[in-house]
Amino acid sequence: MNFDFLFNNFAELTVTGLAFGAIYALIALGYTMVYGVLQLINFAHSEVFMYGTFAALWTTMLLVGDTDVSTLRGIGVLLCSLVAAMAMSATIALLLERFAYRPLLKRNAPRLIALISAIGASFVLAELMGLRDRVAAWFGLDDNLSEYVSGARINRSMPSVLENKQLFPIGDYQVTSVDVLVIVSAIAMMVALDQFVRRSKMGRGIRATAQDPETAALMGVNATRAVQMTFLLGGLMAGAAAFLYMLKIETTKFDVGFLLGVKAFTAAVLGGIGNLRGALVGGLILGVAENWGSALFGSEWRDVVAFVLLVVILLFRPTGILGESLGKARA
Amino acid sequence: MSKTPSVKGITSSFGSRVAGLPKPAKIGMWIALAVFAYALPLLEPPFISPPGTDFGGVLFTVTIYMLVALGLNIVVGYAGLLDLGYVGFYAVGAYTAAILTTFHANWPLLLALPFAVLASTVSGILLGAPTLRVRGDYLAIVTLGFGEIIRLVALNTEWLGASKGINDIARPPGVELFEIPHLNWDSGTPLLDFNDTTTFIEFGVLDQIPYYWMGLTVVIIVLFADKLIKDSRVGRAWEATREDEDVAELMGVPTFRFKLLAFATGAFIGGLAGALYASRQSFINPLSFLLLFSIMFLAAVVIGGQGNRWGVLVGAFLVAYLPERFREFTDFRVLVFGAALMLLAIFRPEGLLPPRRTVRAKQAAAEIEALEEGADGEETSRV
Repeated sequence: MNFDFLFNNFAELTVTGLAFGAIYALIALGYTMVYGVLQLINFAHSEVFMYGTFAALWTTMLLVGDTDVSTLRGIGVLLCSLVAAMAMSATIALLLERFAYRPLLKRNAPRLIALISAIGASFVLAELMGLRDRVAAWFGLDDNLSEYVSGARINRSMPSVLENKQLFPIGDYQVTSVDVLVIVSAIAMMVALDQFVRRSKMGRGIRATAQDPETAALMGVNATRAVQMTFLLGGLMAGAAAFLYMLKIETTKFDVGFLLGVKAFTAAVLGGIGNLRGALVGGLILGVAENWGSALFGSEWRDVVAFVLLVVILLFRPTGILGESLGKARA
Repeated sequence: MSKTPSVKGITSSFGSRVAGLPKPAKIGMWIALAVFAYALPLLEPPFISPPGTDFGGVLFTVTIYMLVALGLNIVVGYAGLLDLGYVGFYAVGAYTAAILTTFHANWPLLLALPFAVLASTVSGILLGAPTLRVRGDYLAIVTLGFGEIIRLVALNTEWLGASKGINDIARPPGVELFEIPHLNWDSGTPLLDFNDTTTFIEFGVLDQIPYYWMGLTVVIIVLFADKLIKDSRVGRAWEATREDEDVAELMGVPTFRFKLLAFATGAFIGGLAGALYASRQSFINPLSFLLLFSIMFLAAVVIGGQGNRWGVLVGAFLVAYLPERFREFTDFRVLVFGAALMLLAIFRPEGLLPPRRTVRAKQAAAEIEALEEGADGEETSRV
């Protein structure tokens, strides 16, 4: 129990914990929305995130190369890679919906089998990325793309585009621009999503489908569209999370999604699955608690702290901290 | 749609024909099947026997998966509790057996085995007692967390060997009675090969076949126990709890107690499988208990047909055997396995061998739907 370390670095641990928590929360949205509408654990959502990290990586490599860039151009590059990551993740999420879930929904399959289909899809997506050099070779593209596809099974790191400036101190920790960017943009995206689901017509359709799909269909909601939209929104958020993750961590790998996916799902359950605001609360709490816990017990106990926290919270709040479902959210 | 009824027709007519046989013939058939299963690694049939790896070792892995699948089937298939951390019990069993037979205690395996099973059962009760009040998918994530906690604790505790794991775990005691020759198919026809023999019954390092026999024996015992428990009051209580917890409670079933019993029974079998695995492997480390294995176990149960003990055996066989058989495609194994899971899920959503009552319920539902004119519930219904 290293209390000194925790107190001496309290500000740093909290701020970086919040940054991590914001990323967890953005990924958790994908789990929580799909669960809210379909009562389904979208196991393959971690791969949606992973493809986003690669889209961000490749876009930056393509636009930057090895040269230094000016601040203005750097911002442009980052915006491009944010858009690319969101587009890539949204595409993968929609493909998943189309090929791994819709055939099962049509057949009215039992719930667990959809989980197995998602697990299968997750393996396929992760391995395709892990074998991307082979896949490129099949198409005869490995010479042209070698910079992008080489080292398929190891960590690839992103060229740094903007200098990570120290902005202002909290306690004795200098908050960096990346911390601020990650936390602020994650919260902004969540507020936007929350408002979309609460106020727009499509959002009302999603909530109606979550509450009662049959009645929603009778009221003129296109259930298939609502499900597609759910996957699309989850994918967009995962893409944004992927971009922010690449800013903060700067490396990615074909299996990077797995642990982050588990953590994000934990965050979703912690906050109350099916609840958008719960995902934010759960993500931030998980991120901060992990950091504090690893300071107290040593970093190798980081994941244990996360899971023990989950078990303890579920014992006292069996439906999560906020515990309200997507369908029951007030308009 | 046009294909499924014919396949179902064949299996059900086969099933009814077997059910119609006189009892001695049925018993004879089961014995023949068991003898064939025991002799399989000695026969080494071409094509089935995976090239380049030890067939006995692969078959032992299959029996371990079968044991685990039978245990998980009680939790998931009978009681309807989604457990994503089953590897946790498997790990508790394996680590207890490992600790008791190595540097910490030096017990013989047969003495350590009951304690390993006891430890995993107790861990099942300790996990279940507080968490089984949580419903549905929350339970899934809690169990997932439990599985990871067990692995991480083993990884970070020096006393449990940390990342190195534990070596020199005791093997089962053997008696060397006689040698059994294998068949050799090199010339195209089967020949007895007296240079390649298995000693009955020596648990050595090289020859894995005795371990397979041990595993198979345990699987058969567990199968009998499973049949007895499923057909008893306990099995019916599990089924009632799975179908509708509130109704079961109102009918006087103490659902919480039965769910806990299912959890403990599942943990018992999982721990047994883990201890046997540890003894055959003779060393274990946290890498043997990754979350991935929980997922593979669950995949075995679900693709085989949750709730049907023969179905989950088939599922376990496929999940354990196919990746070994197609070892030549090392790099693409996981990719192909993932694609196979997806295809199975889409084309056989009830599993390969669904339990009889599910089939009956589906037929009844189809009849009702045919009676209701213009009923189109498909588009809007949930998963």
